[in-house]
Amino acid sequence: MCGAFILFLVLVAVFADPLSHLIGWGPTQQDRATGTTADGLPVGPGRIHLLGADQLGRDVLVRLIYGARVSLVVGVSAAIAAVLIGVIIGLCAGFLGPAVDSVLARLMDVVLAFPFLLFAIALVTVVGPSELLEIAVIAFFSWAAVGRIVRGQTLAIREREYVEAARSLGAGNLRIMVVDVLPNLIAPVLVYVTLLIPISIVFEATLSFLGVGIIPPTPSWGNMLDDAQQGGLYQVAWWFLTFPAAALVLTTLAFNLLGDSVRDALDPRTERLFAK
Amino acid sequence: MLRFLIRRTLTGLLVIWLISVVVFAIFFIAPPNVAFLLLGKFQASNQQLVEQVTAQLGLNKPIPVQYWNFLVRLLHGNLGYSYYSHEAVTTLIGRALPVTASLAIGAAIIWVVSGVLIGVLSATHPRSIRDRLATLFALTGLSFPTFVLGLILLFFLFYKLHLAGIDWFPGSGYVPLTQDPWQWFLHLILPWITLAVASMAVYVRLARGQMLEVLGDDYIRTARAKGLSETRVTFRHALRAALVPIVTQFGIDVATLLGGAIVTEQVFGLNGLGALSVSSVVNQDEPVIIAIVLLAAVFVVIANILVDILYAVLDPRVRLE
Amino acid sequence: MTALPHGTSPAAAAAAAAADEDDALLTLDDVVKHFPIRRGIVIKSEVGQVRAVDGVSLTVRRGETLGLVGETGCGKSTLARCMTRLYPLTSGRITFDGHDISRLSPRAMRPYRRQMQMIFQDPYGSLNPHRRIGSIIGDPFAIHGVADGPERKRKVQELMELVGLNPEHFNRFPSDFSGGQRQRIGVARALALRPKLIVCDEPVSALDVSIQAQIINLLQTLQSELGLTYVFIAHDLSVVEHVSDRVAVMYLGKVVEIAERAALYSTPRHPYTAALLSAASVADPDRAAVRQRIVLHGDVPSPIDPPSGCRFHPRCPKAQEICGRVQPDLVPVLADPPKHVTACHFPMADGEKLGPAPAEPADAHPPGIGMR
Repeated sequence: MCGAFILFLVLVAVFADPLSHLIGWGPTQQDRATGTTADGLPVGPGRIHLLGADQLGRDVLVRLIYGARVSLVVGVSAAIAAVLIGVIIGLCAGFLGPAVDSVLARLMDVVLAFPFLLFAIALVTVVGPSELLEIAVIAFFSWAAVGRIVRGQTLAIREREYVEAARSLGAGNLRIMVVDVLPNLIAPVLVYVTLLIPISIVFEATLSFLGVGIIPPTPSWGNMLDDAQQGGLYQVAWWFLTFPAAALVLTTLAFNLLGDSVRDALDPRTERLFAK
Repeated sequence: MLRFLIRRTLTGLLVIWLISVVVFAIFFIAPPNVAFLLLGKFQASNQQLVEQVTAQLGLNKPIPVQYWNFLVRLLHGNLGYSYYSHEAVTTLIGRALPVTASLAIGAAIIWVVSGVLIGVLSATHPRSIRDRLATLFALTGLSFPTFVLGLILLFFLFYKLHLAGIDWFPGSGYVPLTQDPWQWFLHLILPWITLAVASMAVYVRLARGQMLEVLGDDYIRTARAKGLSETRVTFRHALRAALVPIVTQFGIDVATLLGGAIVTEQVFGLNGLGALSVSSVVNQDEPVIIAIVLLAAVFVVIANILVDILYAVLDPRVRLE
Repeated sequence: MTALPHGTSPAAAAAAAAADEDDALLTLDDVVKHFPIRRGIVIKSEVGQVRAVDGVSLTVRRGETLGLVGETGCGKSTLARCMTRLYPLTSGRITFDGHDISRLSPRAMRPYRRQMQMIFQDPYGSLNPHRRIGSIIGDPFAIHGVADGPERKRKVQELMELVGLNPEHFNRFPSDFSGGQRQRIGVARALALRPKLIVCDEPVSALDVSIQAQIINLLQTLQSELGLTYVFIAHDLSVVEHVSDRVAVMYLGKVVEIAERAALYSTPRHPYTAALLSAASVADPDRAAVRQRIVLHGDVPSPIDPPSGCRFHPRCPKAQEICGRVQPDLVPVLADPPKHVTACHFPMADGEKLGPAPAEPADAHPPGIGMR
């Protein structure tokens, strides 16, 4: 069921343009005439705006659809980037001996000890927000947890006799890492990817909510919720809070369920460190 | 033990030092216009004044010298002055810290105690309705971003109750514990829940999984065979063994606490470290940001050392070496 | 010993080796491997060493099987990994086929890796469970860039047939095979590049007795067909007796006796060898009935702080004062031929029975020599 929901979400995100065309509103199109009431308040769900409009008279449904695109693109690419970096660095730390290990392990400690949300905010204010930067920031602060686990597993695999056998055949470090160690990591890595996606989606929404993620006219679930919070607007326009919040919660829930089933299928005993 | 403490303290200091370099480097890459921030729009056009201020702060010196001076001041406990409000950074932090500490400690107590309790109770009756409800709660809680939960709590427990004429929970603000403990509690209860739920969900799952595993072990059967009560077996014998991964998780969570506090304080209008850090980032208030980042790093490092010591207490096989 | 002086050209070395009637393939000269024990807070200082291999000299001749026996922890597996340069040496020299390989970098070692291979003890641990056996056996070809694509597959299948595996099972995983079959996979992998030397590190210790015979017979057949040289490590004396031409006995990082198989088993000179032989299981009931077991007292001392002089002296029934002071040389004793060398001040005469061990209460049950 969670798979079906995710598939639905992907389809919605891919066909956002034709869908919005079908609904009849653009993602940033302001409907001053029918979207807001005479005293400037947004109108609720109805015939013209199926899920209501926001404070500028923009259609909530269309913005939700485009928000799905942002969440998926940022969430999935950040998760994949984080796992790639984590696997490479964790593999090197675990395999290339104590000197490399102590440097890389310290690096992971630094990243993990960093108040990352604060750092993300600082970086974005200095560099200026963009989708790419957001992906980079999320990936940068997520890889260390993966790296730590991959390092632990690599340290254990490194002592196996088949690694020694490969050495005795004359295999170099790179070949042993790719051919003998990496295949053992595929199962946990798959699990981490599926668990990191919801974490990255929430991370993205949080950054956008704090105003340092997706730049405002472009809709994202996070900045829609920020709009809703501004001036207590959600108190008079419940649809403005409810729909983006529901979209966000259902999406993370679906990915969490998917991650759980992937974990159960592949390795029931994987340590669970990414539960948030 | 002593050897362990010394080594961990040294590596912890190394981590903190590296973080200070990184933060410093960011402001080196994109330095704020400090003179402008300090002098305001009108005086900033006065070139002489600008140069005077720059020289006073040592900002005209080479970066390594600036960093060295910063380190020396830091070791004397002097964190500098805010570029924005001109107050001492220690004063600003001293004002914000109690708010964040109240928020974080209260939330941590809620999530650890109730998370572990729910997890244990659901593990003792696997596949019962109780267990299923706990699992459902855990998965849902896990999927709620902190700020969404905060907004929903505000909407229902503050705004809707307020409309109904019931003002149990204040919508924002902070009252110091020393001033009025009851109001302190009322103002913090929604933020506590907001910050605690996601972590609580993790602990429910972790505690349940660990307990299920431990309860199947031989020594638990032995304890039961000896005629110990089920409560004693569960909490004295099994829980102790199940606590080790929970403690690990706590060490990880401490690192994310400031992030959670930023969001929670933003939603509930609390003037803690989170709010202070966001406003100083927006105002490019470099001394304040550096101080908060370092404070958070120190906190994480200390927490991780405590977690390692706790390991040894819980598991006699662990030697601190 | 055929230790070659530094700087000899390969041609001269080959000539020297050829001139040597023993025809040495591998020569170890005072090989030492110490593992440092480090402690420290930031800067680690060395507080001690595990002297796993402590000055071993021996020669492996072309086409022979050299057995290497000793108790668990005597350093024989470490020695095997030093021979194949899986471990860097602490000191000493290794000459392989006339070339000094003791200080070669991993890169410079590569051409020699084609000529010396290892078979490992654990047929489960030495095969990567996530890879198909075709690719495991094909590893040597891939690493040394020898054969590719269909040619590699053909060679791998030939190897599988050679070691008695069904070549159709190319695509299976190690978990689909039994312990004995897995060890055949390990043998096939070691044979792939037609090495000159194979170091077998307890190749049958992890197998059932019935399977052990199959693997040993396979190794012997391959030796005569392919002209291989083996170093065969085991703690089972009867297995070593079955396969070896010569046998070296190790105790606490040192070789205490080397001899031709028949000489070692009939007239052991070192008291430790005698004790080992007396403790070994004997298949022949007549021999079993007449033999007298010698039970050694005390535990094997720690290789971190080995005894002075002869390392066996605290447990040796024949030990005298000099044994604790002077380390005996590995030389021919009691008119033995030069091929039979022993490191003992008081070697056993022909037919001598080893007396009871030094003063220990008779009713105590100290651990004897643990021979399985």
